[in-house]
Amino acid sequence: MSETLLDVRDLRVEFPGPPAVRAVDGASFDIRAGEALGVVGESGSGKTMALRALVGLLPRSARLAGGTIVFEGMDLATASPEQLRAVRGRSISMIFQEPMTALNPVMRIGEQIGEGPLVRLGYGRRRARERALELMRLVGIPDPAERAEAYPHELSGGLRQRAMIAIALSMEPKLILCDEPTTALDVTIQDQILKLLLSLRERLDVSIVFVSHDLAVIAQTCQRVAVMYAGQVVETGPVEQVFREPRHPYTLSLLRSVPDVDNVRHQLTAIPGSPPDLADPPSGCRFHPRCPFVQPDCVAGAFPLRPLGPERATACIHPDAAAADVRREPVLAGG
Amino acid sequence: MGAAAETFAEAVVIEHRRGFRRRWYRTPSFVAGVSILGSIVLLAVLAPVASWHDPIQQDLSQILQSPSWDHPLGTDELGRDVWARLLFGARTDLRVAFLAVLFPFVIGTTIGLLAGYFGGWMDTVANWFVSVVVAFPFYVLIIALVFALGSGTRNIYIAITIVGWVSYMRIVRGEVLVAKRRDYVLAARAGGLSDTRIIGRHLLPNVITQAIVFAMSDIVLDILAIVTLGYLGLGVQPPTPDWGKMIADGQTYLTTQWELSTIPGIAVVITALGLSLLADGLADLLRPE
Repeated sequence: MSETLLDVRDLRVEFPGPPAVRAVDGASFDIRAGEALGVVGESGSGKTMALRALVGLLPRSARLAGGTIVFEGMDLATASPEQLRAVRGRSISMIFQEPMTALNPVMRIGEQIGEGPLVRLGYGRRRARERALELMRLVGIPDPAERAEAYPHELSGGLRQRAMIAIALSMEPKLILCDEPTTALDVTIQDQILKLLLSLRERLDVSIVFVSHDLAVIAQTCQRVAVMYAGQVVETGPVEQVFREPRHPYTLSLLRSVPDVDNVRHQLTAIPGSPPDLADPPSGCRFHPRCPFVQPDCVAGAFPLRPLGPERATACIHPDAAAADVRREPVLAGG
Repeated sequence: MGAAAETFAEAVVIEHRRGFRRRWYRTPSFVAGVSILGSIVLLAVLAPVASWHDPIQQDLSQILQSPSWDHPLGTDELGRDVWARLLFGARTDLRVAFLAVLFPFVIGTTIGLLAGYFGGWMDTVANWFVSVVVAFPFYVLIIALVFALGSGTRNIYIAITIVGWVSYMRIVRGEVLVAKRRDYVLAARAGGLSDTRIIGRHLLPNVITQAIVFAMSDIVLDILAIVTLGYLGLGVQPPTPDWGKMIADGQTYLTTQWELSTIPGIAVVITALGLSLLADGLADLLRPE
């Protein structure tokens, strides 16, 4: 097992009330050097907020309400704004969902890619430009010299996302946080961008956190996965194992709700009910009102992640129920 | 294959680049504005060549002449050539107006950027000052300030700056409030850029357009203010030629030599028209596609 790069314990993000909304409520996960971790969950499960909290980029209306974020021996949760700024871009960088809006519309692509090296690494103008061209070649932007002069609206969605990736790589970070990086792209381009990220991870030995609601994307790109529900991590483990034998009913429901083109007879099941109101979450296990295997002891008490062997953990206190259900009817084999 | 299709799409897109250069001549108001203002600026710059009389030189044997070959627009009550005074007056008034816009533009934009970006107490204090200035009508406050400070161009700059920065602050602040929620600002912060860098390099170029367009129409307002001040005797001091003073001086002879007041009046109207058209055209051209 490789060393832990980032260790997040009991992370809490709150939108102060009234009523106070806990967007992230006690999420724990860790990222190891060189790996890709997928964070999956429905909209509103707190995955984006958790990601932004890691580098102190919460919206103004939200605040970090607790937890530790240990990165290279430093707790980012208690770091000063200046310390956080020093970490951002250089050690941990971000890639956003919408490459059109995440690029400055009135700045040339080359300048935007070379900006980090220019102002943060003290490169001269000429060297920053060379670095930008080098990065553009690295992420597969054709004719870098010409594209460097272009403005974002002159590039296609795929090239814009490549440019975003080049910016994220420009200061050689150890960790890249990707917030649904392919959701806004069409399927063929999506595939190219995922392959690019995969190859870059291997070549540059950088760790990646991949936030997505798309299970197929996570399955393709990540070694490990953390499943989030209502602001909490409910299951973690190697992607292969978690998706084949989920040990939390929510993970199982999520997998069953994905259409499978290879098996048209596979029964598509929507998860009953709707995600809980985070201003007033259900007692006990937060999934219990929607859980098909709910037991009397699910409705009260605390539900932290419990280890299930060396690599896996689940918050469910009846993990065998999900396992038995999978044995009866396997979830998508392709996953 | 996918990449080839993308490259093709790219080539098509690049065809449409440099929109401003391609489209400016198809925007009638911009062309008209540039032509009118360009001619006036050209005449002002070439004033020593385009007129053959000294605008200050009095000739009491030649007072209140009607237009002639030697004096194309006649002479005033002190025998000075009206055409020469009109051109040199354009120099004074345009220079004062442009400078009078520059200071409020810079100050208002800076305060607007800071107030909009940081919010909090900075925004509160800035808005408090804005409310104080806005509480008075524009001309009343300018005239009162110049009256208090004393006449002369320096005090005109000061008075217009005190009153004028408010509009730029409000425009820029509003634009910043919208722009700072955009992902590219978040992305810049995620890249660890400093607030100074984000404001100067990322926000400013994105919010400055509206302020520039407003500056064009603001020059009109300032020219009118300067001419008004000149008319009231609070503006540019004699013997420096100025349109406002020309209108005021000609007033006495309105029944016999009506052109003395009318000609500088028309000059003011044409200049204002040119600037308004220019502002209109710029707004069209700079509007994002």
